[in-house]
Amino acid sequence: MQMTMIEALNSALALELERDRRVVVFGEDIGANGGVFRVTEHLQNKFGEERVFDTPLAESGIIGTSIGMAIYGLRPIVEIQFAGFLFVCMNQLVSQAARIRFRSAGAYTCPLVVRAPYGGGVRTPELHSDSLEAVFLQTPGFKIVVPSNPYDAKGLLASAVEDPDPVLFLENIKLYRSFRAETPTEHYSIPLGKANVVQEGTDVSIFAYGAMVNVALEAAKQAQQETGTSVEVIDLRTVWPLDEDAIAASVEKTGRAIIVHEAPRAGGIGAEITAVINERCFYSLLKPIGRVTGYDTPYPVPGQEDYYLPTPAKVMTALREIMEL
Amino acid sequence: MAISNATLAGLTRTQLLEMHYMMSLLRRFEEKSAEEYTRGKIGGFMHLYIGQEAVGVGSITNLLPEDRVLSSYREHGHAILKGMEPRVVMAELFGKSTGCSKGKGGSMHMWSNELGVYGGNGIVAAQLPMAAGLAFAAQYQGLNNVTMCFFGDGAVDEGAFHESLNLASLWKLPVVYMCENNQYSMGMAVAKAWAVDSLMPRAAAYNMPGEQVDGMDVIAVYEAALRAVERARNGEGPTLLEIKTYRFRGHSMTDPAYYRTREEEHEWRNTRDPIGIFEKRLQEQGIATQAEFDQNDARATQVAEDAADFAENSPDPAPAELFTGVMVDNSTALSFRRERE
Ligand SMILES: Cc1ncc(C[n+]2csc(CCOP(=O)(O)OP(=O)(O)O)c2C)c(N)n1
Ligand SMILES: [Mg+2]
Repeated sequence: MQMTMIEALNSALALELERDRRVVVFGEDIGANGGVFRVTEHLQNKFGEERVFDTPLAESGIIGTSIGMAIYGLRPIVEIQFAGFLFVCMNQLVSQAARIRFRSAGAYTCPLVVRAPYGGGVRTPELHSDSLEAVFLQTPGFKIVVPSNPYDAKGLLASAVEDPDPVLFLENIKLYRSFRAETPTEHYSIPLGKANVVQEGTDVSIFAYGAMVNVALEAAKQAQQETGTSVEVIDLRTVWPLDEDAIAASVEKTGRAIIVHEAPRAGGIGAEITAVINERCFYSLLKPIGRVTGYDTPYPVPGQEDYYLPTPAKVMTALREIMEL
Repeated sequence: MAISNATLAGLTRTQLLEMHYMMSLLRRFEEKSAEEYTRGKIGGFMHLYIGQEAVGVGSITNLLPEDRVLSSYREHGHAILKGMEPRVVMAELFGKSTGCSKGKGGSMHMWSNELGVYGGNGIVAAQLPMAAGLAFAAQYQGLNNVTMCFFGDGAVDEGAFHESLNLASLWKLPVVYMCENNQYSMGMAVAKAWAVDSLMPRAAAYNMPGEQVDGMDVIAVYEAALRAVERARNGEGPTLLEIKTYRFRGHSMTDPAYYRTREEEHEWRNTRDPIGIFEKRLQEQGIATQAEFDQNDARATQVAEDAADFAENSPDPAPAELFTGVMVDNSTALSFRRERE
């Protein structure tokens, strides 16, 4: 069936609720209102208020209680309305959820999924557009998943729910409704921690995730047409743990790498991938690694976001540079 | 026929008419904002104050220029009442360089050092602990300022509310906590969110006086806020006011409002409009006439129009403005830009 990412996520949530009684879904306005972006629409009707429920406005309380539930036999899937609000519950996420397994030497685990919309491009302001994935790279214990299309979103969410550890599931706001893709109505899963080679190529590798995958693909198409450059586009799907093997294999083949993300550059996923390439396949590199990212500023107001965000044109500039064209 | 020396709650006719004008201005300003948003001139989220005008007007009327005001993202009115030019607020909504934050803050971030306006904040309840800090700083520096902090009924559910009230009470800080209970936080009815049915037990829990106030009655708000401001200014510590009101529009500009009925909305709009209630009272007591209300309203409409014209004709911020104000010398933000360009 052709689904938007919203519909694919909704379908995944419904299937998880159906398959597993331990699953509960909660957050702010997710019940009757179906969530800010309507990802949880109709779920309360179908599964009842006992399993799909609203909470008061209390992010720290939402995450904190979900940890308790997860430790004691449930599979909570919670929604934080915007990724920017994760800062409000950092203590519960970072100091608690991520460390339960380690601290208890595995006696307890925290199979919790935190869903949060992130990313720019739809004219939402700061804290409603921020990309926070890199903040959590310094939080051992969390997996971080960022789907780039409806099919992946559904399969990755299924795996996130089955995963025995806490998963931060970041959903790009711009991708929510921007296109449909063929997505099975039944249950399936896509493994966490595995990147996806979206397009094979031989000259240069572009690593991206979330909304930047399509930006990379567009630039790749243009590069092929205009300069005959063969670009390999790799969708990381999971930004932690990184699929180091996929990254190394691609760079060993192409000898060139560009990383694209909308989060600020400093200390971002791009920096981590650069380090991985250095460690794994430095001598395969023909050129310095390129990064096309957001700027090292807070996320700007609507009028400036087109200037802030990576675009196919900006990726093209990086491609020309790395290919010496 | 209006009586020129009539008073209400110790306010002169001139003051009362000024309050009426401010309520009209906030109403017309927000209506204009909504229009401009629909025309695509304003981006991002925008939250209107329509229906809640009596709360801001009744309370901020009590403040002095040196007093401080903090608010949520529903703050256009608070900023105007604290002295911000409607033009400057509208320009900020448009994201223009003539806005209070040079167009870098947008709808949720009205800030002004000179006027003592500390946002607008995109994070619910973030302003609450900050308010205690401002009040502490005022006290520490021997200033006799009062800090007035506006927030919604939803903000009460955040830990920050509780932490702020406890600290302010413990340290006897000059804060007036203004909960604008408009009965919904986004789609969540307050009755479903609070374990208590009023804020009075919360005030008691933090050992501070609390009052419930009819937020559609600007005079009731004025009187309650006056008591709270005086307590704060006299060093008697914080007060929590629960002001019952209603937002006539959606939570933000895109809100299908499934969570309440159209009947409920009509009921409030038709029978409890704070401007209508105030006009009726002023007329019944022979203080002002319909012609004067109309005059105020015409002036308010004109000021709102002018604000929109000003915003429309103001320049956009230069792209390079993005790299200023991140840190004192902007070095961290700039290094990358140079490299890329
Ligand atoms: C920490 C945080 N959580 C959630 C939101 C999203 N949000 C914005 S306004 C709002 C409702 C707040 O309601 P209330 O405090 O009653 O204020 P009102 O909008 O009614 O003025 C929510 C949930 C946010 N901005 N910040
Ligand atoms: Mg409210």
